[in-house]
Amino acid sequence: MVANTIKFLLNNELIEIANIDPNITVLQYLREEQFKSGTKEGCASGDCGACTVVLAELDDKNNEQLNYKSINACITFIGNLHAKQLITVEDLKDGARLHHAQQTIVDNHGTQCGFCTPGFVMSAFALHKHNPTPTRDEVLEALAGNLCRCTGYRSIIAAAMTSSEHAEEDTFAQHYQETVSKLQQLQQLPMPSLAGNGHQFIAPKNIDELAYELSNEPSSTLVAGGTDLALSVTQNLATIDKLIYLGNVAELTTITETDKEIIIGSALPYSQFIETLHHYYPDFGAMIERIGSKQVRNNGTLGGNIGNASPIGDMPPALIALGATMTLHLNGSERTILVEDYFVDYKKTLLREGEFIKSIQIPKPVVGQTLKLYKISKRFDDDISAVLAAFFIEITHEQKAGKRVERINNVRLAFGGMAAIPKRGANAEAALLQQTFSQQSVAQAKAALSSDFQPMTDVRASDKYRMTVAQNLIEKCYLELKHSNPTDVIETRVVNY
Amino acid sequence: MRTLIDVKKPQTAKILANTDKTLVNGQKGVGLGGVGRSKKHESADKQVAGEAVYVDDRPALRGELHAAVGQSTIAHGNIISMDLSAVRAAQGVVKVITVDDVPGHTDIGPVFPGDPVLALNKVEFVGQPLFAVAATSYELARKAVKLAKIEYEELEAVLTVKDALAKQSFVRPPYTMKRGDSQTAINAAAHQLSGEIFIGGQEHLYLEGQISTAVPTEDGGMNIYTSSQHPSEVQKLVAEVLNVPLNKVLVDMRRMGGGFGGKETQAAPWACIAALLANETKRPVKFKLARTDDMVMTGKRHPFENNYTVGFDEEGRIKGINIEVNGNCGYSPDLSDAIVDRAMFHSDNAYFLDQATVTGNRCKLNTVSHTAYRGFGGPQGMMTIEMVMDDIARYLGKDPLAVRKINLYGQDERNETHYHQAVEHNNLSEIIETLEQSSDYQQRRQAVKAFNAKHSILKKGLALTPVKFGISFTVQHLNQQGALVHVYTDGTIHLNHGGSEMGQGLNTKVAQIVAEEFQVDVDTVASSAARTDKVPNSSPTAASSGTDLNGKAAQAAAKTIKSRLIAFACEKYGVNAEQVRFANNNVIVGEQTFSFAEFAQIAYMGRVSLSSTGYYKTPKIHYDRASGKGRPFFYYATGAAVTEVIIDTLTGEYKNLRTDILQDVGHSINPAIDIGQIEGAFIQGQGWLTTEELVWNEQGRLLSNNPATYKIPAINDAPKDFRVALMPDAPNREHTIYNSKAVGEPPFMLSISVWAALKDAIASVNDYKTSPVLDTPATPERVLFAVETLKSTKQ
Repeated sequence: MVANTIKFLLNNELIEIANIDPNITVLQYLREEQFKSGTKEGCASGDCGACTVVLAELDDKNNEQLNYKSINACITFIGNLHAKQLITVEDLKDGARLHHAQQTIVDNHGTQCGFCTPGFVMSAFALHKHNPTPTRDEVLEALAGNLCRCTGYRSIIAAAMTSSEHAEEDTFAQHYQETVSKLQQLQQLPMPSLAGNGHQFIAPKNIDELAYELSNEPSSTLVAGGTDLALSVTQNLATIDKLIYLGNVAELTTITETDKEIIIGSALPYSQFIETLHHYYPDFGAMIERIGSKQVRNNGTLGGNIGNASPIGDMPPALIALGATMTLHLNGSERTILVEDYFVDYKKTLLREGEFIKSIQIPKPVVGQTLKLYKISKRFDDDISAVLAAFFIEITHEQKAGKRVERINNVRLAFGGMAAIPKRGANAEAALLQQTFSQQSVAQAKAALSSDFQPMTDVRASDKYRMTVAQNLIEKCYLELKHSNPTDVIETRVVNY
Repeated sequence: MRTLIDVKKPQTAKILANTDKTLVNGQKGVGLGGVGRSKKHESADKQVAGEAVYVDDRPALRGELHAAVGQSTIAHGNIISMDLSAVRAAQGVVKVITVDDVPGHTDIGPVFPGDPVLALNKVEFVGQPLFAVAATSYELARKAVKLAKIEYEELEAVLTVKDALAKQSFVRPPYTMKRGDSQTAINAAAHQLSGEIFIGGQEHLYLEGQISTAVPTEDGGMNIYTSSQHPSEVQKLVAEVLNVPLNKVLVDMRRMGGGFGGKETQAAPWACIAALLANETKRPVKFKLARTDDMVMTGKRHPFENNYTVGFDEEGRIKGINIEVNGNCGYSPDLSDAIVDRAMFHSDNAYFLDQATVTGNRCKLNTVSHTAYRGFGGPQGMMTIEMVMDDIARYLGKDPLAVRKINLYGQDERNETHYHQAVEHNNLSEIIETLEQSSDYQQRRQAVKAFNAKHSILKKGLALTPVKFGISFTVQHLNQQGALVHVYTDGTIHLNHGGSEMGQGLNTKVAQIVAEEFQVDVDTVASSAARTDKVPNSSPTAASSGTDLNGKAAQAAAKTIKSRLIAFACEKYGVNAEQVRFANNNVIVGEQTFSFAEFAQIAYMGRVSLSSTGYYKTPKIHYDRASGKGRPFFYYATGAAVTEVIIDTLTGEYKNLRTDILQDVGHSINPAIDIGQIEGAFIQGQGWLTTEELVWNEQGRLLSNNPATYKIPAINDAPKDFRVALMPDAPNREHTIYNSKAVGEPPFMLSISVWAALKDAIASVNDYKTSPVLDTPATPERVLFAVETLKSTKQ
């Protein structure tokens, strides 16, 4: 059953839309249809955060709880709003009284030109909804997707670190229960859809509906967070005829664990699986915090990062290094392949027409295995990697002639940014496999790497830098593993300072 | 009346929160007006609530159209043909114009000609506007311009500074400043060194892109709503392209979402094109540049390629120096003559060069025309001499700070610049010594060395660098400004001045100055949009001059009204002028006290004019360009910074761990705003020198054309420990407004300490024996290769 409409709350007002071009973004909708100009367009590409708005959504596990998520309105399609509450900067004031997230910025002299300010306010608002006493690091993580060209950030950091524990209850807290029950009702509606300007949007609720829609129109464009796809509309001026939204498909938005695997639904946003991955692989959590911005991670998904087959996606090298698999679904039948095999050539994959990525399976670590991840970019926050290195190493120890001998039993050195697809360095791996992890074998692996890759020069880095840094990262990995004993640590990461 | 407060301790950023009602050092304010107090930004409450209106936020007008332009896809060539039939036929298109449709001037060069509003018959950079479209929506206009078929005859493009120098391809003639006989002094010195450096440009990346709306009026006139640092120039250029007199064009500029120099000349083309389309269609036209178009089509900070030869003594004291600065000006003059001049004026930074020859070349390349950007060439000029300081220090095995100190300008001797201006009231020794103490420089120098001895992969670096920045437009006639003040009968005050608000807090400071004059609460003073029909012939808000010029002009206007009120009081109440006082929102006349509002009403009834203009021009300045001698600057703004960084010698990644700044802002009119300017300028400068890399390909196309590929500092780039202090007890000895000093640009160059600290960390790899060459921006890639070079030197 299909509902020819989407419904959401704009602040506390119920909005129903049926006839609107689904190619329009939330930002365009706010500024041009609702005449709310508080939310600003800085880049229309999700890079500056000036358009940050907050979505309140019912928690997947606890239907009585709201999650407040900052997102970039400029790269979120209007259809994604269904059954959510959209909160904008104009809605925060209670009468004449500024919200805590606003007043603290005023008090700390955190505005200059003010154009980025509404975005910062909304990011801080979302942060404080879940964490009224954030640490400096938590503030930096929450605001890293908001660029300010004027202040130098110190005043904004001070504002966002100001505790809201004793702040007066805002209007959202006052209407919490009401919002929950309204959104619960909206969630019950049948499959929402939109049509306008000859373009369509539909949001199936389960995998059968999705498979059905896709078999009807195999050329439809699948969209989850849209953090990459929306750029084709806002930057390349493309229009998409039919969008199928994956964010409501129950089977694609779960995370489950078995004894041996973590299974992540392809349309589950990063922010909902970071914690689990961080638990099993500490480097993973730290790296994902640098994928995009908080706003992007609240919308962006693993399926999207793999699905568009970019040579510079950060997740694929890590998944390849871990030997992760992915399950693909076509018309009711499923197949599971290695993530590594998915990538065929530049932007070419094994995915068939009408097929979609259902889930990604990541093996849990066992003793002796290590995953090291290194993201190299010009800027720490929200930057596309020049090189992403993912090293999986399994070391065994055996007794040989009374001596304890260490051997690399299994090694996968995967890289992003080094070739047209995310790829392993086969020769470098061969130089390490079955060897002890030593200066000597590392030197051989470094040398071998130059026969594995011929990286390119582009706006992010030169071919020479890419190769040098990729080689040096093997050495760094060696130093970190060799000196993992607390008494013997060699400091190797500037981020720890 | 002066209500200045002597502040005994440096005012640091940490104690600034909630200081609106009290002074930064805890003292109660003397007067209500608020000069010297950390008043919040006049728009802060509106900005945080999304209520502050920028040009794009104005409600759409009836029939409003949207503009876009077709762009050149090649760097240099003749236009053979332009087939615009598909553009004209495209959905939503109402009007298409080319340069043939321009009724007036076709050249909109701000100082010298060279910038066609739409291409005449040739193109000189990728992205040059060729034709313009007005359509019913923003999206349709942008889609339509892509349908043009343009045929070119390609010409050879000049795409490097070296090529431009070889071909003598200049936008303006070379120029030299000279003091003494530098070559003889270099030859006679105990030691000689030479070096060269590439200094990258910088995209402004104001968060609000370029935008203008043109609304046709009767009599063939035009109202322009724009985001511009120079409304009067927009007015002039719009009038010229439309071929109407200036009094038919009104420009209104309430606020910009950032400017940084990027909206000084670069706002005008889009206003002109919107006006041309509005004139043709008789409908309002909005022209908003999409971010990528903005980055491709508007000018940036000039990249420079500089070199030097220096002679110095055993102590590292400079005896003579030759410096050549080569600015990449892009395809047209724009402001480049003055920008390269300023690079030359600042080739000394804070140091006495003794015998010096400074030559500046204005190279013409087939890229977008580079333009004003915070510091206006000054930063690029200073980089060379700061490189010289490091190079001398490593050569002599000294701490770079020791070499910097020994070369500082003296007080009464060794105090003449290479353009023959005496450096007066020089407090840089004091600033540096205070900062050296407060930042524990010497102890941290030892700690850094100890850290580096212990750590094989990570290395720390530390550097202290000073800034001396000349204040005044070097184009003399721009050093003037006007203001207009009205007092209404309810005692509220309307303030207008020629300056424009881009976030720097200019309106707030000028309102404080006016409120101070009348001793009324600053909330009584309403700031308004800069408008060319209120204050005519205004100068751009640039060169850090905003408060100096507009503050004085507004004060003059307020003083005029005040003197009328005093004269009226004397006459009406039979008192003498000394018996009339303004205090606490009151006017006290002899024994009687009136509220300011009551007295305004009484004065109105007594037929007193409560409106006045004010005017100010900067005194003392003069410069003879032919002889290269004079006093181009009214005074110098000074400051210093210490930065500590950590680098990764395997990847080139780095982090700024701590920055301490001590800046002389004279008597601060608003410490919170000044500290905000210092912090923001510093981080913007750090971005220029580290992560912000402009990349053009071999065809002259900008590759770093969006914020995904061009990385300005984000929140984690702010130093973890950031301590900004204002120099206490330091009134400007020149008679500026309340003896304050300009603050917009000078702290930008404090970021050179980051670059010097990175070099210090790199130098540790070879035991500080070699001065690393580190071009900018010092991306992780450049840092890694500098490390590798030193490693190979060591082996």
